[in-house]
Amino acid sequence: MNNDISTKVTLSGWTLDNPIIPASGCFGYGKEFAEFYDINILGSFSMKGTTPLPRFGNPTPRIAECTAGLINSVGLQNPGIDAVVNDILPNMDSYFSKKVIANISGFSIEDFVTSAQKLDSQEKVAIIEVNISCPNVHNGGMAFGTSAESAKKVAEAVRKATTKPIYIKLSPNVTSIVDIAKACCDGGADGLSLVNTLMGMRIDLRTHKPIIANVAGGFSGPAIFPVALKMVYDVCKAVDVPVIGMGGISSARDAVEMMLAGADAVQVGAANLVNPFASRDIILDLPNAMNEAGIKNFDEIKRSVRSK
Amino acid sequence: MQKQAVFTVIENISIAKDIMRLTLKGNTEFFTTPGQFINILIDGFYLRRPISVCDLNGDKLTVIYKTVGQGTRALAKYEAGSKLDILCGLGNGYNLDVNITKPLLIGGGVGVPPLYYLAKELIKSGATPEVILGFNDKEGAFLIDEFKALGASVHVATADGSLGVKGFVTDVIKNLSGYDYFYTCGPEPMLKAVSSMCDCEGQLSFEERMGCGFGACMGCSCQTKYGSKRICKDGPVLLKSEVIW
Repeated sequence: MNNDISTKVTLSGWTLDNPIIPASGCFGYGKEFAEFYDINILGSFSMKGTTPLPRFGNPTPRIAECTAGLINSVGLQNPGIDAVVNDILPNMDSYFSKKVIANISGFSIEDFVTSAQKLDSQEKVAIIEVNISCPNVHNGGMAFGTSAESAKKVAEAVRKATTKPIYIKLSPNVTSIVDIAKACCDGGADGLSLVNTLMGMRIDLRTHKPIIANVAGGFSGPAIFPVALKMVYDVCKAVDVPVIGMGGISSARDAVEMMLAGADAVQVGAANLVNPFASRDIILDLPNAMNEAGIKNFDEIKRSVRSK
Repeated sequence: MQKQAVFTVIENISIAKDIMRLTLKGNTEFFTTPGQFINILIDGFYLRRPISVCDLNGDKLTVIYKTVGQGTRALAKYEAGSKLDILCGLGNGYNLDVNITKPLLIGGGVGVPPLYYLAKELIKSGATPEVILGFNDKEGAFLIDEFKALGASVHVATADGSLGVKGFVTDVIKNLSGYDYFYTCGPEPMLKAVSSMCDCEGQLSFEERMGCGFGACMGCSCQTKYGSKRICKDGPVLLKSEVIW
């Protein structure tokens, strides 16, 4: 029954077996998940957000549970771009044979440029995802993603620094995500990834203090799915570049729904942390969900949803 | 090795004030050493609950947990026969491959359970562990007879003096000598006090709020003398020589 269904999608000329991509920050560099299953089933994955220099990140506790989701305040812990280029990417073929998305973050425009330049010659990297929406670092991170003007500046600078497609990752913590999406496209973005986490906090009833050491963090998980879906829908109507939709996707049905909102591919984040097999399970169930929705391939719905 | 498995509840009973013992049946072959933990999915809660392994016996796995929040209170309601989705074989546990004869095992509160499986394995390998168990009070004390049944010499300290020595585990340690290594698990202030009081090398098991429990989210990182480590994956057991207090 599902034989005539194709899950293939294309992002800036790069064809993926399926649109399911584990999201940055929820999949490390893939290795921990490769202990659980053969991750070559994935469309691709987006690597942990990387900065020019190694970072330890924020103090702990960095995690707080919520109804249908979690708050994280990891604060971009990563080994630095040189370790990614020299150690992680060259050894990745042993557990993941496809190309990956490299997520970069920074505290200045130069930070983004430095990382993009160093990734430019990496054949393993198909797309550079520029994270201007991390809510967990001060003096940078989300600051670039909450004004159309600075978002455009980052896009312009990174556009000049690499020949690879650049996808800007957008914050939902803004008044108009559409304005920022358009500004990124004006700045030369080849695509967009949205949404990053929503700002949130929890307070411990016994201590009367915030559970997260840094007070607040980024909220993700199934609770944010309708919020993310609406933002992806609005952005897809307003721009003509590929959009990777994300935010609370936990099932193949969620993924199809996000594609129906106009996304060209989707990312799965928090779900991987609760069920390490989540992305694999979504991929295995995707043909069924497509069949139920009367979809044979994603090209046909893209043409009907996107206005441009 | 990290694996997902379904375990069946054999027994889930109260053994002390707010302390539950959960015995499970399932595939236990993925555990390699004492001090590892499982991560349990509880109906109605988004994140799993990480709990250290207290004992492994064939296909039976025992954990002991304190009902401190809504999640553990919900776990306490699972009855015999119910199924639990569990990630098992998690964490870097205690290393028993050290040249020691008389180790000190020091546990505080819910840090006591992993030391039981450790004591069992140490005794099997020919060591004669001396065990110190610290609790708040007599009502909250547990596993004392079980440690004695293993053949270990057991000291108990309670903060209110209702059982054993009045005070903390350190009030017991200061009167002991002749040990050549220590293994400990408990609240961080206790770990710090134990580490500074014992002159010998040792291993400490830490606790932290976790996201995934298998090394992916970086939610439980700590800094050590040899770089950052993830409590869930590189720990929970760290060497005294690498810990930065």
